[in-house]
Amino acid sequence: MSSSIREQFVIPKRYNMIAITLMVIGIISIAVLYFMYGASKDHHESARFWASLLQNSVYFLLVVNAAMFFMCATTLAWGGWTLVFRRVPEAISAVVPVMGVICLAILLAVTFSDNHTIYHWTDTEHVKHDPVLLHKSGFLSKGFFTTVTILTIGLWSLLGWKMRKLSRSLDENPLPNIEEAKKYIWKNTVWAALYLIVFALTVMSSIPWLWLMSIDAHWYSTMYSWYTFASTFVAGVALISLFVVFLKNNDYLELTNDEHLHDLGKFMFAFSVFWTYLWYSQFMLIWYANIPEETVYFKPRAEGAYSGIFWMMFIINFIAPLLILMRRGSKRNYTTVTFMALLIIFGHWLDFYQMVFPAISPDHPPMIYYDFGVALGFVGLIMFVTGRALAKAPLLAKHHPFIKESVIHHT
Amino acid sequence: MVKKFITGNFYDEEVLFPAVKKARRAGYKIHEVFTPFPIHGLDKVMGLRDTSLHTAGFIYGITGTATAVGFITWALTVDWAINFGGKPFFSLPAWIPITFELTVLFAAVGMVLTFCYLCQLAPFVKKDHFNPRSTDDTFVMALETTDKTNEQEVIAFLNSIGAKEVSVEYRETGWWLGRYDKDRKVFHKEETATTH
Repeated sequence: MSSSIREQFVIPKRYNMIAITLMVIGIISIAVLYFMYGASKDHHESARFWASLLQNSVYFLLVVNAAMFFMCATTLAWGGWTLVFRRVPEAISAVVPVMGVICLAILLAVTFSDNHTIYHWTDTEHVKHDPVLLHKSGFLSKGFFTTVTILTIGLWSLLGWKMRKLSRSLDENPLPNIEEAKKYIWKNTVWAALYLIVFALTVMSSIPWLWLMSIDAHWYSTMYSWYTFASTFVAGVALISLFVVFLKNNDYLELTNDEHLHDLGKFMFAFSVFWTYLWYSQFMLIWYANIPEETVYFKPRAEGAYSGIFWMMFIINFIAPLLILMRRGSKRNYTTVTFMALLIIFGHWLDFYQMVFPAISPDHPPMIYYDFGVALGFVGLIMFVTGRALAKAPLLAKHHPFIKESVIHHT
Repeated sequence: MVKKFITGNFYDEEVLFPAVKKARRAGYKIHEVFTPFPIHGLDKVMGLRDTSLHTAGFIYGITGTATAVGFITWALTVDWAINFGGKPFFSLPAWIPITFELTVLFAAVGMVLTFCYLCQLAPFVKKDHFNPRSTDDTFVMALETTDKTNEQEVIAFLNSIGAKEVSVEYRETGWWLGRYDKDRKVFHKEETATTH
């Protein structure tokens, strides 16, 4: 590779300013929410504060973790095309430990508080007289919840750290020969596969059930985790695209071109449709069977106080990507990709909003503007940590055996 | 319509790429380049526009959606309304799977037929690609000619840009219904000139 390539990312001053401003907005919003609701003696009032923290921290943790999934899935499939911008998902995945600790603290605070409004199943007295929750108490218990949550966040952070370390190990020491290169690819494959097993057992199955679905503790859906996974993965790809466009606009990532952006756009398009498929599969079966214990979930969402948010989210997350990202040209246009990425991240944030809040405040949606503030705080945190991670290592994994495949990639 | 072409046979795609560029720059009109396997980027070098097959596919898909929703709505609300387990007659969620299937069916079948039409593929329609070796190991570039074309000049040009075999061929350019062995008129065997 020629030496003219700008490999080292220097965080622009404005970038850090924006990140810190967003974090300050987030902290102010959290403080306002706390004094308005969180400090209240009324359990429903204070639950509204905790629900906002829960929704935002879980959503953004799963989104940054999706960057990790993107990285490992392409590594396992020996997909070389991502390598020119591989440092971007790597840097985003560096947010997982930070966000993980915040999310863990919030989850444990919600689980172990006296306020059982969010997680009913934490009320042991109540569970004794509730046959449905009693039946589930092996899964929905404080011990199991805590163990799985700590283990999950720990494993995500650990395996992410390992993947990043493997990638950066080549920067100083290029592989001497093809045998070493084969070994290196194999090592990457094994670690990526390990991560994906953990991912399948957590994000794709147990974690959304525990963290989000247990808010509606009586209700259950086996589609739920897949649907949550699709939601966060499409938002994760949108986040990667945003950073790629940002770096391109600042004259970094010279070797990343329209072809790579096109494929990221395809991911956004395809997984928006995939999300809809899962969302609809869950909705349609429940709608068709029309059994009260199942429809109870959709009653406040599709028809009740949340129907506006519910259908708006459907339009943002399905109709808009379907129609706007369908054309080849729009996947190669920076403005369209940026707009769609922001829209998708916002749309899936709304999706999480309607997963969490209807159980806590079924009759009317709480004032959403404070939650926007909290969300901006988390966005600032992601920007801040990702920026620092990007600046830590060269932007190009130039000694990776697949790098040429990525440079000449075209769709 | 039978037309005259001058074809160059290239043995290497690394020679073919600059040759295609040079031929276009020299002002020759490339009728087609035949290759044994798809070559990335050749379409761009040849200056082919993007296919509009996608647009056609989108229109077929929309037609399928409209057909499904329209027909089911008419059948289940107007013509033969049936009460299914207390559901409203107009039960859109239940129709989505059929609508989806019909969208896919219309788009798929429509695009296949359009593709066949664009490539002039149909039963009993003959295709010819100038040189049988272009299905095996060589790359054939066919240049179009007019009445004013100086044959010798084109042959010399093709030789100069790396063609290993150059020949003058007569081919049917439209839909060609007939048999390879009986169609002497098309091949003009006696007029074929070959260098090398």
